[in-house]
Amino acid sequence: MNARMKPAASAWQAVIGLEIHAQLSTASKLFSGASTAYGAEPNTQTALLDCAMPGTLPVPNREAVRKAIQFGLAIDATIAPQSVFARKNYFYPDLPKGYQISQYELPVVGAGRLRVRVDDGRVIEVEIQRAHLEEDAGKSVHDAFHAETGIDLNRAGTPLLEIVSAPVLHSAAEAVAYMRTVHTLVRWLGICDGNMQEGSFRCDCNVSVRRGSDAPLGTRTEIKNVNSFRFVEKAIEYEIERQIRALENGEAIVQETRLYDPARHQTRSMRSKESADDYRYFPDPDLPPLVIAAADIARERDALPELPQARRERYVAQLGLPEADADQLCADRATADYFEAVLAVLPGQAKLCANWVLGEVAASLNEAGIEIAAAPVSAAALAQLLARLREGSISGKIAKDVFAAMWAGEGSADAIIEARGLRQISDSGALAAAIAAVLAEHPSQVADYRGGNEKLLQFFVGQAMKRTRGQANPQQLNELLRRALAG
Amino acid sequence: MSAASIAALAAELAAGRRSARELAEDALLRAERGAALNSFIRIDADGARAAANAVDAQRAAGAAPSQLSGIPFAHKDIFCTRGVATTCGSRMLRDFVPPYDAQVVERLASAGAVSIGKTNMDEFAMGSSNENSAYGAVANPWDTARVPGGSSGGSAAAVAAGIVPFATGTDTGGSIRQPAAFCGVTGLKPTYGRVSRHGMIAYASSLDCAGVLARSAADCAVVFDAIAGFDPRDATSVARPAEATLALLDQPLAGLRIGVAREYFGSGVQAGVGERVHAALAELERLGAVLVDISLANAHHAIAAYYVIAPAEASSNLARYDGVRYGHRTAQARSLDELYSLSRAEGFGSEVQRRILVGTYALSAGYYDAYYLRAQKVRRLIANDFAAAFAEVDLIAGPTAPTTAFRLGEKAGDALAMYAADVNTVAVNLAGLPAISVPAGLADGLPVGLQLIAPAFAEARMLNAAHQLQQATDWHLQEPAA
Repeated sequence: MNARMKPAASAWQAVIGLEIHAQLSTASKLFSGASTAYGAEPNTQTALLDCAMPGTLPVPNREAVRKAIQFGLAIDATIAPQSVFARKNYFYPDLPKGYQISQYELPVVGAGRLRVRVDDGRVIEVEIQRAHLEEDAGKSVHDAFHAETGIDLNRAGTPLLEIVSAPVLHSAAEAVAYMRTVHTLVRWLGICDGNMQEGSFRCDCNVSVRRGSDAPLGTRTEIKNVNSFRFVEKAIEYEIERQIRALENGEAIVQETRLYDPARHQTRSMRSKESADDYRYFPDPDLPPLVIAAADIARERDALPELPQARRERYVAQLGLPEADADQLCADRATADYFEAVLAVLPGQAKLCANWVLGEVAASLNEAGIEIAAAPVSAAALAQLLARLREGSISGKIAKDVFAAMWAGEGSADAIIEARGLRQISDSGALAAAIAAVLAEHPSQVADYRGGNEKLLQFFVGQAMKRTRGQANPQQLNELLRRALAG
Repeated sequence: MSAASIAALAAELAAGRRSARELAEDALLRAERGAALNSFIRIDADGARAAANAVDAQRAAGAAPSQLSGIPFAHKDIFCTRGVATTCGSRMLRDFVPPYDAQVVERLASAGAVSIGKTNMDEFAMGSSNENSAYGAVANPWDTARVPGGSSGGSAAAVAAGIVPFATGTDTGGSIRQPAAFCGVTGLKPTYGRVSRHGMIAYASSLDCAGVLARSAADCAVVFDAIAGFDPRDATSVARPAEATLALLDQPLAGLRIGVAREYFGSGVQAGVGERVHAALAELERLGAVLVDISLANAHHAIAAYYVIAPAEASSNLARYDGVRYGHRTAQARSLDELYSLSRAEGFGSEVQRRILVGTYALSAGYYDAYYLRAQKVRRLIANDFAAAFAEVDLIAGPTAPTTAFRLGEKAGDALAMYAADVNTVAVNLAGLPAISVPAGLADGLPVGLQLIAPAFAEARMLNAAHQLQQATDWHLQEPAA
């Protein structure tokens, strides 16, 4: 292919900004007392306000405000001492008031930043322009009634934190890495459950391309409501390619809203809901400015947990863990806390603890399809097992068996070791007897070994292990075998 | 058999000479006889009888009654009443039956007051003549060819006609005070935030204020004490300890400084109105008050600012009437857009549509700064004027409205002339201040209102002055010929 006819894709730079909607995990809605629990019968979790009954008024949920503050502090942003709720006006059947209460000119969280590790190992600092509180809309239900649309207002009024990045991401991989970092952070802070299937964490992607990093920004399109990391990646990749192809064919990019179709891995133009929408934002006269006292901010700051970034760095610098291990452990706070609880019992054994948490524990969780909080083996129970392994009472192989039994609910490590008689044989007399028996049974192999075929050592180790039902201390067994065969 | 004062009726009840049920029946009868005024949209005879019976039973059981228990009254049809249709004067809400009570409704019910029904009003409280009601205009009891004022025209007419001793109202730009002036009754608009807006159907949220129309300042004070107070369901409600409004009523006025704003006596003021207001001011002076000439330099911008801000908020507040969940739904829609546009075109009257259009325009991209933002700046200047004045004086006085009640239909075709009727009242709402309109006698046989304006939360001082004036005069006791 002629390079002049088709310039390399690298000549183009993609410019991506994400608007992430994180549903704040509060018991009640942003402005009403109705429950936010997911999955209830339609229209059973609606206060009068959520149906926009005449005369009803919004009252801000302080818990949602607290969670927004926590996020702001975690991204090193300024918390506005006074922010303003504004109305975004538009007509839609699942928007009962005819406006959404959001924040426009004065958001609660100002500019902040987040360090993001991209898959290729680079660390980028992503500027977050703002994060603001807003209420979710209801849901239109198109399949419940013949030829009619139903409205479910259970979700109407659910608190969202909209986190707006600057247009500083330049690839689908960077965008996904950023989104994952935010996902980890909001779950770490306990302000959002991060459940993407239920829509608790979703994202709008603004994508444009330009020729090189110095060119003016191109026309952008917005891909609405993407709710998985993979879809975000695919949608952005598709959109970048589509835009480059269009521009190279001399077509213009239309500023529009697009939808991602996961079945085809494509984005397509959405019936624009009034593409030149004028939302007529203005301060909500039902809500005085949201005033946050410095003391409230200080209190949230003091209560902030060690953040994933800091913890990850500590694991590498102080515990000497490989970066990959630190990354995985800090992927969520429950895992990192679990790891630290094990480590607390086994100081200095960070690598061993990490191996087990990321190995046996992670594999078992994965297989069972549960979260670490629900693991049947507690950190303390695992620590006991690892202590037995460390002191040589059991071998690594036996430890895995014991772990499986613990997972199956058969009791503590000590109880299982005791009940099954798994304590490692470190008694040299007992081992010597077993070795003697093995050598006596296999005279030809003994001769071979002594003739120079030292590979046969593993054969003797295996035989001796069999005789001791796997309980022989492997190091000691090796040592004694070598000596016996040499003799 | 017109209604006596709250205190007189309370005394009758306490002495056992009358029962709450009898008072309710009397009021229902008066309402029936006064039906030609069209001051009520709905009479709730069953509800009134049940409530009166309950009060009588409580009294018989020895429960300590409040001053309002057993007193009949009426609610402006803007307050949501559980199980009783609440139309807000609109076809849009013809069949709307709220599933809950407004805070004001709760407060008065728990005080034992007995509502006999819902009074007529301009649609969604938009109007100064009560001609914008989907349920017909209301006649002024002083001259049935004239308007009662608006938007609380039904409440003012019902009190003036003696049907009930008091009625609730709301005031966004003068909707309590101007009809009070036109009908010769006393109308109290409290400080913004004093009375909860919970359950009060919104017109312009930053201006809307619940209050009361009654025969005297003393009666207004009793009702004010019952409805004022913090409500956690309204984020703009203000947490302040209650003041001893009633105890302060009898304080002498010696040394009270009353600012007389020269802007309120401009060329638009009808001669008879000016005379009556000056006579009332002279009376206050005789009672010991000191009159101080003051200026409210930005007063003439109030109407313009108001008619940007109020419609802007209304355009958003009324978006919920979309035919989807409740209220009028067109039978003609073939698409979602038609569901919206036809339901709203059929459900809203022309003045409401006009204000929604004006407000939508004022908030639109490209016009927001020139209109909405500028109006907010003017609002700030107006509030500053009042603040500066109140550094010098305790109250500010002037005519409530520049004219007496005009004829039905006289201004119906001229929106700007109609808006001018609010010239002296809207600034008070823009500044969130309390104000009261008290009768100041008649000009050519029609009532004139004196407006007293107080600093925020100084209702007690204002009620005190109004009460002292009424102790010394009988203007508030004048009644229209039956």
